[in-house]
Amino acid sequence: MNAVPVSYYLVLSAVLFGLGVVGFIFKRNIIAVYMAIELMLNAVNLAFVAFARAWNQLDGLVYVFFVIVVAAAEAAVGLAIVITIAQNRRSLNVEDVNLLKF
Amino acid sequence: MDVILFLVFATIAVVCAINVVVQRHPISSALSLVGVMGSLAVLYLLLGAEFIAAAQVIVYAGAVMVLFVFVIMLLNAGAESKKGRSYMSQFLGVPLLIFLLGLTAFFVQRMFPETTMVKFGGFTGGGAEAIGRALFTTYLLPFEVTSILILIAILGALVLAKRGE
Repeated sequence: MNAVPVSYYLVLSAVLFGLGVVGFIFKRNIIAVYMAIELMLNAVNLAFVAFARAWNQLDGLVYVFFVIVVAAAEAAVGLAIVITIAQNRRSLNVEDVNLLKF
Repeated sequence: MDVILFLVFATIAVVCAINVVVQRHPISSALSLVGVMGSLAVLYLLLGAEFIAAAQVIVYAGAVMVLFVFVIMLLNAGAESKKGRSYMSQFLGVPLLIFLLGLTAFFVQRMFPETTMVKFGGFTGGGAEAIGRALFTTYLLPFEVTSILILIAILGALVLAKRGE
């Protein structure tokens, strides 16, 4: 019992991704929706690292590095957008931001 | 030992992730998300990816979550409202989610039978040196494009956050 199968990590990654999807769909607060997106990115990172480990390849780790970089950039721009929306609409509810809704 | 560590930190990660979704106040969600990211960093260490674990703690649990908490404080975000949630989604959503997760777990177990076992210390190629070598040889072009992406993100954040005159 000194080793863990890789599939356990993949199942954990799937569970975290599912929870991220649930948060993305159910949350009403824009910031909470962003946090759900970050949760999904983290789940994908875990799957990448598990696969990299399973085949002893380094490429998965490099992809995770790029995902982290993109997530940081996305958080910076996204939160700037959130601040702009909050200043213009005086609300953080996603249902109040419906300018593009058909 | 590995199994115990994996189970402990996987449980912490899942409980914190559920807490992220369940909590109504954004600051509680943010703190739970820090818990998820910290336990994921430990799991990366178990998988032998030391550099990624350090980057996870520094960039995600450090920089990104500080940004989130700062914005929550800046906008004085309160608890979200409960209204407007249909009963069908409430009663159908949870069983459907469990069904989906069970299906995923089933297929993962079938496609990856327990042949590859992961042991702590069995893989030492995930350090900063190996990743740096790969970044500056094989992945040099994506790395440079990433720097341009970050530059654009900085400019975009500045332009968006500037108060309109």
